[in-house]
Amino acid sequence: MADFVQLSVAGVSIGAIYAMAAIGFVLLWQTSNTINFAQGEFVVLPAFAMVLFFVIFRLPFAAAMLATVLVSTLLLGWGVKQLLVTRLLRMGVLPLVIATIGLSLLIRYSLQQFWTPLALPFPAIFSRDPIRLGTIVVSLEEIGNIVFAAVVIGALQLFITRTKLGWAMQAVAQNRTLASVLGINVSRLVTITFMLNAALTAVAAILIAPVYLVKYDIGIGLGLKAFYAAIIGGFNQIRGALLGGLLVGVVETLSAAYISSHFRDAFALVILIAVLLLKPEGIWGVKEEWA
Amino acid sequence: MTRGRWGLMAALALSVVVPLGLDQYKLYVLSLTLVYVILAIGLNLTLGYAGQISLCHAAFMSFGSYAVAILGQHGVAFEIGLVVGVAVAFAWGLVLGFPALKVKHHYLAMVTLGFNIIVFLVLRNWESLTGGSFGISNVARPAWGPLSFKSDRAFYLYILAWAAVVVASAYWILTSRWGRAFRAIRENEMRAEVVGVSLRNYKLMAFAIGAAYAGMGGALFAPLLGYIDPGAYTLDRSIQFLMMVVLGGLGRFEGPFIGALVVTVLPEVLRGSEGLYLIIYALAVILMMLFMPKGLVGLWDLAWRSSRSRTSPSISSASPR
Amino acid sequence: MALLEIENLTKHFFRLSALSRVSLSVEPGELLGVIGPNGSGKTTLFNCVTGVLRPSDGHVRFRGEDITGRTADTVYRRGIARTFQLIQLFPEMTVLENMLVAAQEKRGTLLSRLLRREEAETATRALVLLEFLGIAGLKESLASNLSYGQQKLLDFGMALMSDPQLILLDEPMAGVNPTMIKNLIGHILELNARGYTFVVIEHNMEVVMSLCRRIVVLSQGERIAEGTPAEIADNPLVLDAYFGR
Repeated sequence: MADFVQLSVAGVSIGAIYAMAAIGFVLLWQTSNTINFAQGEFVVLPAFAMVLFFVIFRLPFAAAMLATVLVSTLLLGWGVKQLLVTRLLRMGVLPLVIATIGLSLLIRYSLQQFWTPLALPFPAIFSRDPIRLGTIVVSLEEIGNIVFAAVVIGALQLFITRTKLGWAMQAVAQNRTLASVLGINVSRLVTITFMLNAALTAVAAILIAPVYLVKYDIGIGLGLKAFYAAIIGGFNQIRGALLGGLLVGVVETLSAAYISSHFRDAFALVILIAVLLLKPEGIWGVKEEWA
Repeated sequence: MTRGRWGLMAALALSVVVPLGLDQYKLYVLSLTLVYVILAIGLNLTLGYAGQISLCHAAFMSFGSYAVAILGQHGVAFEIGLVVGVAVAFAWGLVLGFPALKVKHHYLAMVTLGFNIIVFLVLRNWESLTGGSFGISNVARPAWGPLSFKSDRAFYLYILAWAAVVVASAYWILTSRWGRAFRAIRENEMRAEVVGVSLRNYKLMAFAIGAAYAGMGGALFAPLLGYIDPGAYTLDRSIQFLMMVVLGGLGRFEGPFIGALVVTVLPEVLRGSEGLYLIIYALAVILMMLFMPKGLVGLWDLAWRSSRSRTSPSISSASPR
Repeated sequence: MALLEIENLTKHFFRLSALSRVSLSVEPGELLGVIGPNGSGKTTLFNCVTGVLRPSDGHVRFRGEDITGRTADTVYRRGIARTFQLIQLFPEMTVLENMLVAAQEKRGTLLSRLLRREEAETATRALVLLEFLGIAGLKESLASNLSYGQQKLLDFGMALMSDPQLILLDEPMAGVNPTMIKNLIGHILELNARGYTFVVIEHNMEVVMSLCRRIVVLSQGERIAEGTPAEIADNPLVLDAYFGR
């Protein structure tokens, strides 16, 4: 039993990181109909940036973190929006989708070619020493990740539900035409959403760097997990993406321990099929009305 | 004969004669491009003409590949394997069509994506049937008694023949009232239904036919490579086809040709630049989308603008949203 | 026997009652008008009849056959065609193609369809209709390139392609200039004389009064009056619905 709880904590810990990537993904979809196939790379790039600031330049952790989030927000948020999204969004969903695919390839192989194809080690942020809570042993890292992610996601939720800007985001997500008629600058809002997403993926990168290794190709798996989390949890609600991310993390960790590698895939499969057949909008998703 | 007919004859003649003089690798790339054209035509029908999002084309492809490979292991003739593969793909295409009736676009993307993942996982885990991660090797090329298509040149011609069949049938379908009905659904689904287009029937058909073409492509793909494994049918592959169709030009008949050519041949052409080729390719994709979001077929149009006749409006005026 | 019988048709959207037990019948060869203030349920009525929406309750019978809740393409094939208040066309297809889409789902054996014998007949019919409406010259233009008035005519033409027995027109005169209005009225009257039955939703009172011999009035989802134009004009309930409250 203690094992189960420990593993669940570990699962939630990594799941929280997945959730952040998934939430950003869903936010982009909601406000701008963007399916960001480069979301995984949006985590990898800041991870490399973190290596640059924290390991190579040896900045203090807080400064490195700030720098990473800023770089990510500027490049992957503002930059991508201005250069790609503004032009392509007018043409419908697909050209932008292809562009994000190209972007993911660009980031991935540029990192491989111009930095390194090797994995870069990253020091732990929180200590990995075990903490005893009764019979359960967890590490500060796991707790730290969960708390950190919770704070960030909580702040995001507050932002969306309590601030004018957040309400504007919700309005755009629900009905873009109406929102712009009501005076909301939709384009500016989309830029803000992209910047938010980039900030989220940067935080995810900072937390995940010590857990995974920082390598140019981890984006593929991460992106897929964000996608999978959004499908299962609910593509049109933040809490859906949160649930999806946590589920992916927990299922991944538990099945690695309890289920032989043979059936691990099958387990993920069954969940996916069940969700798609029974509730295609996701467990916490909301059914959208026929137009 | 009209200019179009001459052009077609010339293209056909060239495609038969020229490749025979190429070296083995170039011939392989060309054969692969032909196979991808078949697949892209299928996706273009489902997505470009009928407007139904399908992100699981690779899954349909795998049905063709594995049918041919598995049946080939038991000594079944290639053509039978191909027919079986196409039939299985068609059937699953129908199945995937049902969610299309119920859910809106992005959910359809999710469902098809999920299906792709499901099929991939099944292929990887059902070892007794598919050989699991190791796949199936020594996939036999077709042979008609003493006449064998084993040589690369012979198999290229075999693929070309099937490609011609696919192109002709696609042309026939897309210029018919069915093609018009597909486009009507893409343009204005509600109005289409109100003027008598059965959404149910046509959406199911769009998926099924597109899937059948994919199955055909998959069946030809397996012996071209000689071996198959689940890694060839991942989401990445489906995305590759998506790229082909969008880069080429959605909903345009010429689109799949251009798209398959670019996506297959461009990386090869760039290969000389060592490690940079993927980066250049990625940049090229982004730039192509920025400057030609309706597809490279726009360039094709410019080249033919003066001589474009309006005798087949249902093809030349079909343009994507 | 009435051509179209609507019985207690009801439609709820969550807690909003868009239609409430509306009954009316349409005789063959009629030119019936449906009027009412905005939001009275007129378009919802059309939507429920043509299968675009599923009614919450009630029945729709066409030539004796119950077509309640059937899909829109089924209703079309039974012989009911309609136009839309907000023009619905296929923007990236040519005018001719728009017309052809509206024609294609009629009878014919599979073989004749395969051999495309009907294509030529259908194309001819489309051209004849386009001539009748005066837009034959635009047949190769993309629908999205047409002017508003031309699009209205195309919308109308599409509704005629299948040779329907009942044509529902939803605000055909909306946003149309006076010359075009006369044009359209002329077409409608001529077709009515040839035996086509029309039900017309309109806000333009002059048009309704001159076109229709019988008028039904809806208000807030309910049928509140019916009669000749003169009767309706004097009906206090009707005046109340438009100007009161």
